[in-house]
Amino acid sequence: MKNSLLGLAATALLTAGLVACAPPTKDEPAAEGNARTATSAADFGGMDGLIEAAKAEGELNVIALPDDWANYGQIIKTFGDKYGIKVNSAQPGASSQEEINAAVQQKGRSTAPDVFDLGQSVALANTDMFAPYKVEHFDEISEAFKDPDGKWVNDYGGYMSIGYDSAKVPTIAGVDDLLKPEFAGKVALNGDPTQAGAAFSGVMMVSVAQGGSPDDIAPGVEFFRKLSEAGNFLPVDPTPATIASGQTPVVIDWDYLNVEQSKKVPGWKVIIPHNAAVAGYYFQAINADAPHPAAARLWQEFLYSDEGQNLYLRGGARPVRADSMVTRGSIDRVVYGGLPPVDGAATFVTVAQNEAATKYLEANWAKAIG
Amino acid sequence: MRRLRQALPLLPFVAVVSIFLLIPTGTVIVNAFVVDGRFSLDLIAALFTEAPLAALLRSVVLSASSALIGAALGAVLAWLILSSAPTSLLRRAVLSLASVLAQFGGVALAFAFLATIGLNGVLTLWLQQLLGIEVASGGWLYSVGGLVLVYTYFQIPLMVIVFLPALEGLRSQWREAAVSLGASTWQYWREVALPLLTPAFLGSLLLLFANAFAAYATAAALVSQGSPIVPLLIRSALTSEVVLGRAGLAYALALEMIVVVAVVMVAYNLLVRRTARWLR
Amino acid sequence: MKPLRILLWLLFAAFFLFPLYAMADFATRDLHAGGRTISAWVNLFADDALFAAIVASLLLAVLTVAAMLALLVPTMIWVRLRAPWANRLVEFLCLLPLTIPALVVVVGLRNVYLWVTYLLGESALTLTFVYVVLVLPFAYRALDAALSAIDLQTLAEAARSLGAGWTATIVAVIVPNIRAGVMSAAFISIAVVLGEYTVASLSGFQTLPVQIVEIGKSDGPTSVAASLATLIFGFVLLFVLSLVTRRRRP
Repeated sequence: MKNSLLGLAATALLTAGLVACAPPTKDEPAAEGNARTATSAADFGGMDGLIEAAKAEGELNVIALPDDWANYGQIIKTFGDKYGIKVNSAQPGASSQEEINAAVQQKGRSTAPDVFDLGQSVALANTDMFAPYKVEHFDEISEAFKDPDGKWVNDYGGYMSIGYDSAKVPTIAGVDDLLKPEFAGKVALNGDPTQAGAAFSGVMMVSVAQGGSPDDIAPGVEFFRKLSEAGNFLPVDPTPATIASGQTPVVIDWDYLNVEQSKKVPGWKVIIPHNAAVAGYYFQAINADAPHPAAARLWQEFLYSDEGQNLYLRGGARPVRADSMVTRGSIDRVVYGGLPPVDGAATFVTVAQNEAATKYLEANWAKAIG
Repeated sequence: MRRLRQALPLLPFVAVVSIFLLIPTGTVIVNAFVVDGRFSLDLIAALFTEAPLAALLRSVVLSASSALIGAALGAVLAWLILSSAPTSLLRRAVLSLASVLAQFGGVALAFAFLATIGLNGVLTLWLQQLLGIEVASGGWLYSVGGLVLVYTYFQIPLMVIVFLPALEGLRSQWREAAVSLGASTWQYWREVALPLLTPAFLGSLLLLFANAFAAYATAAALVSQGSPIVPLLIRSALTSEVVLGRAGLAYALALEMIVVVAVVMVAYNLLVRRTARWLR
Repeated sequence: MKPLRILLWLLFAAFFLFPLYAMADFATRDLHAGGRTISAWVNLFADDALFAAIVASLLLAVLTVAAMLALLVPTMIWVRLRAPWANRLVEFLCLLPLTIPALVVVVGLRNVYLWVTYLLGESALTLTFVYVVLVLPFAYRALDAALSAIDLQTLAEAARSLGAGWTATIVAVIVPNIRAGVMSAAFISIAVVLGEYTVASLSGFQTLPVQIVEIGKSDGPTSVAASLATLIFGFVLLFVLSLVTRRRRP
C-alpha cells in the first residue's frame, strides 16, 4: 500500500517536472544559408537561382488546400509538373487555425507546412510566424492587400454569394427570397460563423443586405433567426457531396466555390446580392521555419505570376493582381468576363470590425439559430 | 533495495503511462489555472458563462437519456441473450456484434445513421416515398435529439457487455431455493433478484453515462455546425478560425470533463464492489 | 414467453441490422445515373489518400498490439511473481484510461508531442504510444483473466529451474498458456485502434477514421463504404476470436 503511494508520488513529481519545462529545445536543421532569410528573388541571384535552389530541395509542403477550392488542384499539379517539385498536400479540410496548429506542432520537422493560405483573423494574429518575402510583382499589388515587408500578401478573393439549384428551387433575386416557404429546410450556410471565417463573411453579407454594415452584424444574425424559425435554415455544412446529392439546394458561400459547383451541377446559379458585395481575400504567407524555404518562395512567385493568377481566375476567384493584369492585357479575358457580376460597391471588413462582430456572434449566434 | 530491484522491470510500463496519460492530464489540470503564465481563475470562471453552461447541460441531458434508454433496453437484450444456449452460434455472433458496436468507434456509426435517416438516407427516402413523411427535415439528425438516437446505438451493446456477467451470476439454484420455500415468481424477483441486480444495473448505468459524456468521434462526425455539447465546444476552442485564442478555454473544459467523469466512475466503482461479492 | 422472446429478438435485430443494410445500400448507390455501382468500394484501393490511410491504420493497429503485448505481458507476469505489492498500482494505472477521456488526453498531449516528434519523427505511427495507453483497460482485463486461470507460479518456477531465462520463460512457456487472453487483448486492441478518431483528428494525422470523415465531405458513398468495411472487419475479427477461445466458466 505504501509503495503504491510511493509509485504515485514519483509519477506525480515526474508529471509536475515535465509540465513545467514543456517546450523542448530544438536544434534547427542545417540552415540553408540564404534561402531561409531571402526576402526576394534577388537574394538567390535572380529567378533562375531561386528555381535551382527550389529544385534542389525537391519538395514542398502545403496544407489546407482542397483540390476544388479556387482551382488549387490544378495549381498544385501545374507547379509540380513545371518545376519537378513534389507537392505534399496535407489536411485539405483543415481550418486556418489548424494550419497554424500544425506548424507549431511540427516545428523543425520535415513535414511542417512551408506556406500558409489563411483567413484574415488567423493571418493577422500570427504574423510573427511568417517570413517576409517580396515577389517579383510585389509593387503591382496595392497597399491594402499586402504587408509592407511582404510578410503576408493577399493572393485571391471573392465575394459572398448565394448559389442555388434552379431545378429544385425558384429563382432567387435577393436575400429576402430565402424566407419564402418554398425554401423550407433548404438553405445552408457554409459553416459555423463562430468557427469558420467564410461563414462569418456569409453572415456579414446577409447583414449588409438587410441594412446593416461591417460595424453592425446584428441584422444578419436576426435574419438567420427568422430563417431558422421559418424552418428554412439547415444547420449542415454544405459540401460538394451534399450539393451533388441535392441535400443542400441553396448555399451561401464564396462566389468562386459556388461557381465551381455550377460546373458540376447543371442548373446551379450564383448571384451576389444587390449592394451587398462583401469581399474577402485570403492571405498567403511563408512559414518562417519552413523546411523547404526556397521551394516555399518559388511557390509564392508562381502564385503571383500571370500563370498562377490566371489559374486562380479559372477557379472562379478574383486574383489580387487582376487590375494590373487587365491593364497589361495578361488576364484571361473570357473567364474574367464570366465572373458573377458585382452590383454596387464592394464592402471590406477591417480587423477592428471583425473583432467587434465576432464578439457579437459569440454572444448571440447560438441563441439565434436555436 | 530489494523493493527497488523488484520495481525496476516495471519502469517501462510506468514510464509509458506517465508520459502519455498522466502528464497530459497534469498539463490539462495545471493549464486550466494558468493565463499568460500566471495563476488565474479566469478560465474556470469562463466555464460558467452562457455557452459553456448550456453545452454542459446538453451534454448531461444527452448522456443521461442515452444511458437510461441504453441501460433499460440493454438489460432486456442481455436477458434475451442469456436465454439462448451458451455456446450457440447466435450468441457468439450477437456478442461479437455487441463488442464491435460498443467499442469500435463513432465515425462508422455516424455514417451508418447518415445512410439510414440522414437527408438522403434509405429510411428517409422510403418514408418519403411510401408514407409521405419527412423524417429528416431540418437536419434533425444533427441536433441533440438525433445524437441521443445514435448514442443509444452503441450504449445498448455496451450495456449488454457490462451487465451480462451480473445476470449470469444469478444462479438458478437461488430461484429453486426460493420456490421451494414457497415464494412466487414475483416475490423471487422482488426479494432476491432485483436487490442483487440493482447495484449492478445502477453501476452499468453510470458507466454508460460516463461513456456518453466522454464520447467525441460520433458527435464530431455528425455535427458540423455549432457546439451544442462540451466535447464539440473543446473542438471549436482548438480549431476555430474566427474566435481566436481560446486554447485556454479548451483546458478548462477538459478539466470539467475530467471532474464529471471521475465523479461518475468513482460512484461506479463503489457500486461494482458491492455486487462483486455475489458474482463469484 | 416464447412468442414474446421472438418478437423482442426481431425488434432488436431490426434496430441494429437495418443501419448496416442502409450502409450497404448507400455505398452502392450511383448518385448521378441512379443505379447501382461498386465504384465506392473500388475507391478503397483506387483513391490514394484513402488507401494510404487504410495502410496507416492497419500498421498502427499491428504496432499498438505489439507494443501493448511487449509492455503489458512481462509487466503483469512480473507483478504476479515478484512484486505483488505493485498489483494495485498497475491495476489502477491500467484502468485509469477509462476515467480520463481521450479528448482530455489529446488536449494535454500537445507539449508531450513536441518531444515525440522531435525524437521519433512525424509519421502517424507515433500515435502507437497513445493508442497503447487507450487500449490498456481492455487488454488488462483480458490478460488478467487469462493469467488468473493458470498456475503461473508453478509454470514459471518449473521453467526457471530447468534453466530457462526470463525471456524464454515468458515467450515459450507462459504465453502459449494464456493464448486466449493474448488473442482477446490483441483483437480488441485492433478494433479500438481502427476506430479511434479523437486523438488522430485533433493531432492532425490522417488515419482511416479521419480520412473517412474527410472524404465524407466530397464523396458520400465512398465514406459509407469505408465505414461499413471497418465494421465488418471488426465483426469478423471478434467473431473468429469468440470461436477460437473457450468460454470462461462464470
